[in-house]
Formats: sequence, structure tokens, C-alpha cells
Amino acid sequence: MKSKVKLEKVSSYGVFFVLIAMLILFSFIAPHFFELNNFFNVARQICTLGIVAVGMSTVMITGGIDLSVGYQISLINVSCAWLMVNLNMNPVLAILVGILMGTGLGFINGVIIVKSGVAPLIVTLAVMNILNGISYIISKGVPIFGFPKGFSILGQGNIAGVPISLLVMLVIIFLGAVLLNKVYIGRYFYAIGSNEEAAKLSGIAVGKLKILAYTLCGFLAGTGAILLLSRANSGLSSNGAGFEFNVITACVLGGVSSNGGKGSIFGAFVGVLIVGFLDNGLLLMNINQYSQLVVKGVLMLIAVVYDTKMREKSEQVKKIKSINANNEM
Amino acid sequence: MTQKGIAVGENILELKNITKLYPGVKALNQVSISFQKGEIHALVGENGAGKSTLIKTVSGAIAPTAGEICIEKQSFKALTPAVSRENGIAVVYQEFTLVPVLSVTENIFLGEFIHNNGICDKKAMKKKTEQLFQSLGVFVDPNTKVEELTTGYQQIVEIAKAVSKNAKILIMDEPSAPLTNNETEAMFQIVGKLKNEGVTIIYISHRLEEIFRLADRVTVLRDGNFIGTKKVAETNKEELIRMMVGRTLRETYPERNLTHDEMVLSVKNLTGNGVKNISFDLKKGEILGFGGLVGAGRTETAELLFGNGKIKSGEIYLKGRNIKPSSPREAIREGICLVPEDRKLQGLILDMTLKENLSMSVLKKLSSKLMLNSRAVKKFAQQYIDNLSIKTPGIEQKVKNLSGGNQQKVVLGKCLGVEPDILIFDEPTRGIDVGAKHEIYKIMVKLVKSGKSVIMISSEMEELMGMSDRMVIFSKGRQTGILNREEFTQEKILKFFAEVVEDEV
Repeated sequence: MKSKVKLEKVSSYGVFFVLIAMLILFSFIAPHFFELNNFFNVARQICTLGIVAVGMSTVMITGGIDLSVGYQISLINVSCAWLMVNLNMNPVLAILVGILMGTGLGFINGVIIVKSGVAPLIVTLAVMNILNGISYIISKGVPIFGFPKGFSILGQGNIAGVPISLLVMLVIIFLGAVLLNKVYIGRYFYAIGSNEEAAKLSGIAVGKLKILAYTLCGFLAGTGAILLLSRANSGLSSNGAGFEFNVITACVLGGVSSNGGKGSIFGAFVGVLIVGFLDNGLLLMNINQYSQLVVKGVLMLIAVVYDTKMREKSEQVKKIKSINANNEM
Repeated sequence: MTQKGIAVGENILELKNITKLYPGVKALNQVSISFQKGEIHALVGENGAGKSTLIKTVSGAIAPTAGEICIEKQSFKALTPAVSRENGIAVVYQEFTLVPVLSVTENIFLGEFIHNNGICDKKAMKKKTEQLFQSLGVFVDPNTKVEELTTGYQQIVEIAKAVSKNAKILIMDEPSAPLTNNETEAMFQIVGKLKNEGVTIIYISHRLEEIFRLADRVTVLRDGNFIGTKKVAETNKEELIRMMVGRTLRETYPERNLTHDEMVLSVKNLTGNGVKNISFDLKKGEILGFGGLVGAGRTETAELLFGNGKIKSGEIYLKGRNIKPSSPREAIREGICLVPEDRKLQGLILDMTLKENLSMSVLKKLSSKLMLNSRAVKKFAQQYIDNLSIKTPGIEQKVKNLSGGNQQKVVLGKCLGVEPDILIFDEPTRGIDVGAKHEIYKIMVKLVKSGKSVIMISSEMEELMGMSDRMVIFSKGRQTGILNREEFTQEKILKFFAEVVEDEV
């Protein structure tokens, strides 16, 4: 038993070492990488990723996935921008509308997935395209800008020298960790992802909780979208394009299993840092966007293969353990 | 089936001093067994006795740490799956290895299709398949898709597939576990035929009755040790059980008297989920047995009571109150709990700890203002580990590391945690060893003595007759009879098993 615990600990520390190694490497080869200014810059860039990763982890732990988060962010960006620029809506109100939109989209995803029984991958793939289309229709593919003064504070401002968006992300990560570990509903998420049938027969409201997970993911996508819009200062329908890929890569890198039931917010956060610093480091080295995609794709592949291999290994350990357990009797 | 000069009755497979070490445990300890050509040789032992390890050694899935395997006088240090197959050893596993969407023929020839330059010779394959079934004395349409066959026929296909590779030694791991009585009967006949053709059959089963019907010799393993090989004709059940558990243990059922007369549950004309017009009562402190063949409607009826199936018509009265549970969650709230049939798939979350599994249904109760009270959870789990004497190194142990009997107790503990009035046990002792079985019986009696009511679904006649106060018998989705304890005889019960209720026009 003890050696098993160690094994798992090592594997979750594993990504942490990957992060450290990457930071050291970039410090040497990427110009201006190891500078406080750059770190704050990265912090601002990853805050949306970090926030949405909490939602995505929750959904993935229940055994689902949400591919639509990227275009949820696009649609919310474009809509909020449109409301503020064309209707002169109060920014606070526009923020609320944005977050509410995300929550609603997540809820709709959840309801369709639970009530229809169609695989989450397919449902959210369809929704992703719908949202992409709508955000283009609203924006006509051109950026919407000229927001009221003060709206940019969220994404660009500091409190006592620390970026506001960083603080928001840290608070959400903390709350997410509490939810998954200390609140009983969080434990139910793990149970559903590990064995839905057993969870259902234990009297857990599986359907409602799954909808809750997607709704939470949508809420966080909405929150992340606002921070992104505030930082970019311009609403563009491509703002969230490809974002789902970054989030899922970060989660999987951090040990959130694509098969459900396994993962932690801490792990996902480490994954977010890896993706964030990787993007930043490669950019500083003047490596183009497309090469970045290749690197991240390879990383994600390595992470999922590793995840599956680890599971096979633990199966073997399990067999030996069960022989042990039987012999003790 | 051609032989290299081994006559019936001579040793075809000899295991000599086989030892298998896993880190920290001896799964097999100097085990020597010889198997004769043309015999049915049963292998018995409690869970963890080393049967599976032994089989894997023979099938080449694992290599023994020490020892020698002799197949037809040819000696091997270890086998690989390929070498094992080349030497005529085939295994029929508990989980079938068939591809559901392919036809019977395609399954039998899977991996070695007969073809001319890449084009399948369907005719030749079909003809060979027909011949194969003819030699087994059964008829299966070679063109049928495997998914359209019943479990029994699927197993026949599985056996045929194994035999088609010229198997001289056929290993069968719990072959009767998924079968109905009729299907088991058919399987026995095929096994008998193979034996007559000189095939050696190594037969693993928990069901001792089968061994006495079928086998010539039986070998008992315990804790990785060879205990003994007996001729079946010269031994009896008691002796085998004694060899298996190392102590005398008769299948006795705890004594008790039904003292209450108060009605707890009353079901009237319940229809839906594949069953029709089910009516029965359940008294306080009673064990009501649900008898019938697999698929007769017992589990389906239980699912309706537990809110896991859709009720079309009919009523359920709980203490006089009409209820209509539409989800397990609602049923649990009403005080009805189910211990499901398949503990690994339906009962437990194998990757979670004992603590988490036991507290699963009551986490909300163990929380204050959403936050889990980890001390309360620990206390709760420890309480059930003590009460049910679950053998575990600690509450943080993952349940996948427990033995079958202890896992079953965890499922039970999880149900008891919600303090139900009615417990439904679906095959509560399937696949667990004799000692653990007895403990489960004792727990059931303790429960009814404390005023709870139990519905017990079981396929084991002895268990049904020994444990039930009354019995409802199902056949083909209908209820064919209700018997009181005084009326229990095997003949009466079996008659109801086979009865068919015709629809009134």
C-alpha cells in the first residue's frame, strides 16, 4: 500500500519537475524570459486558461469533456463588446451578462448531454461550431473596440503591484480545490467519473450533478472570457479559437484523466503553468505560432499516452495487491 | 485429433514443483499436478488459492519463478501464449473473447481466415464450422451474428473456437457462472463429448455440485499450496470443503424465527421493465426469496422497487403509503436499498478507498454546510468495518485490493449506512468463498432480527431454501408462485421455475 501511494505521488510531482526543468531551460535559451516583468506578463496571459482549467477539470473528472469552451469565450467576448460599444451598456452590467451567458451555455451543454445520452465530445463539438458561427455573425469577423474607460482594469490593472487577473485566478483555483476535496459534491464528481452506475445506485443524483459540472465550466468560461476581453481590449470572434485545446492539454498534462475519476486542481494548475510558460518561451525565441502548435500537440500526446500506461501499470500492481490481500486472510 | 502416442489415461500435462513469486507473496508454492489424457479434472480452491495463477502458467500468460511444465513428455521452463497454443492448450475464459458484430464463422476463424490471395473463402469456412458443430452435437447457424446469440450459445461458440485449433487440453474458467440451468446442461454434454474424443478438460468452478456431476478427478489448492488430488468417486462435498478451507465447515444456515407479522411492503400488479403483474407482500423481519432462472424477472422486479426501471402500471405500498420511486435516490430516501448483483461494476468504485466507498451514500449527512466533516467520515467508515468485520489494513485501503467477500461487505456496509428498512440483495454470495458466504448469511439474519426486511435474489437453490421465510418464484417475466417455508421442496420450486403464465385474451 505504501509503495503505491509513493508511486502516485511521484507521478503527480513528475509534471512539477517538468515545469521546473522547462523554466530553467527557457531561462538560458529564451531572451528576457527570466525577468519579473515577463513573469507578470505570463500571469496575465494564463489567468483565463487557469480559470477555465478549473471548470474543465471538474467536467473531465465526471468523465465528460467540453470542447465548446473556446467559442463560448469568443461569443461572450464579441457579445459583451457589442453591448458596450453599440448599446453603451454599463461595463458592470455587460460583465454580468457575459458571465450569465457562459453559465447558460454550460447549462445547455449539460442538459443536452444528460438528457440525450449522446457522447459529450460530439455534443460539445456541435455546440462549438454553433457558437463559432454566431460570434462571426455578430461581429461580422471584424474586431469590436472602443470600450468605456476602466473596463481594462480587470485584465491590465494591479493591486499592490500584483495583477488583478492573477488574484482572481488564484481565488478561483483555491475555491475549485476546496470544492473538489472538501465539499461532498466534489467527491460525488469523482465517484461519477470512476463508476457512474455504482454512483447512481448509491443514490447520487448523477444527472443533476453532471449538469452542474458543465454549468460550472460555463460560468468559469464566462469569467475567463471577461478577463480576456479586458486584457485584449477588443472583441474578436477568433479570441477563443483553439482555446479548448490549450485547456485540455493543460488538464491532461496535470494528470486529469481523459477517462474520468482522476485528477486534481493542483495538477491542472501545474499543467496551466507549463502551457503558459511554453507559449511565452517559444514566443520569446521567435518561434512561430504553428511550430508552437506542433510542440503542444506532441506534449498532449505524450501526456495521454503516459496516463494510459500508468493506468495499465496500476492494474498490474492491483493484481499483485489482491493476491496479497487474499493471502493475509 | 492426432496424438503423439499418448494413450487415454496417461499423463498429458504434468506440472512439477511450480512456484510463482510476486513481490512479497508466494502465489504458488511447489505445486505438482498431473493431468491425464481424456479426463475431466476439476480445480477448486477459495479465492486467492492460486487457481488463476496456475492457469496462467499453463496458458503462457505468466512465467513461473521455478518448476517445470511437461506437455506430452516435452519439458518447458516456461510457456508463452503462442507455445501453449501450439502444444494444444486452449482456454475458455469467463469473459468471452468473441467479437459481437461478426458472424459465428468469422469468430471461429478470427485471425486465421481461410483465403485465396486475400479473398475470404466463405464457403470453406462455413463448411468447416458446420462440421465443427456437428462433432460437438449442437446446431448453431454459422451465419448468425454472435451478438444475436444467447449467453449459452455464445459460450458454445467460444468452446468451438478453442476446439477448432485442435485443442488437446481445454481449460475452462468458471464456465457455468453466466449460464442458466438449461444452458449449463447443454455445456456439460459438449464437455462430455470432448472428453470421449480424448480431450483433457481442466475445469475450474466454485460450484461443487457440478464437479460431482462432471469431473473424474479433482485437485484442491489452498493459499498457493497443493492440498491433494482425489478421485471424485472416492470423495464427498464435506471432504472437499474441509480441504479447501482447512477446517470443517458445513453449509449451515443460521437459526432464527420470524416473530413479526407487520406488513412493510405490498406490491400489487407491478408491470414494466420486462415483468408483468407481480404481486407480493413483505413482512417486517422477513427474508423473502426471489427464485427463478437468470432472466426470469427477479432483478427486473427489484429494479422497479429501487427506482431503476420504469413502472408502467401497478402499485407499491410502503407501510400503507403508495410510492412510485423514479430513481435509486428516491428509493433510498424511502428506505429501500439495493445490494447489486455485480459488485465491481455496480456496487463499488474500485479506485476509491474503503472510507470513500462506505460513506458514498451518506456524504451529505456527514457534511456541515456543504463541507465534509472528515472526522465524521472516518468514524462512520470505521464503525462499519468493525460491525461487518471487514478485513483490511485500514480505511484508506483501495477496495480493489480487497478479496471478493470483503468487497461484498463494503457494498453491504454502504447500503446499511443509509439505514434502510428494506434491503434487496441481488445474488449476495456470488463468487465469494465458503467462509465469507457464511458471514454474509449471519449478517442477513442479524439484520432481520433487528426488524429490517430483506428480499434476496439467488440462483443457488440451497441458499434460497435455507435462508428464505417465503419465496416468490419467477419465470419469463411473470410470477409463477409463492411458497411458505413449510412448502419448500426442490420439486415444487423447480416446477414453478419452468411454468409459463399465458396472457389472458
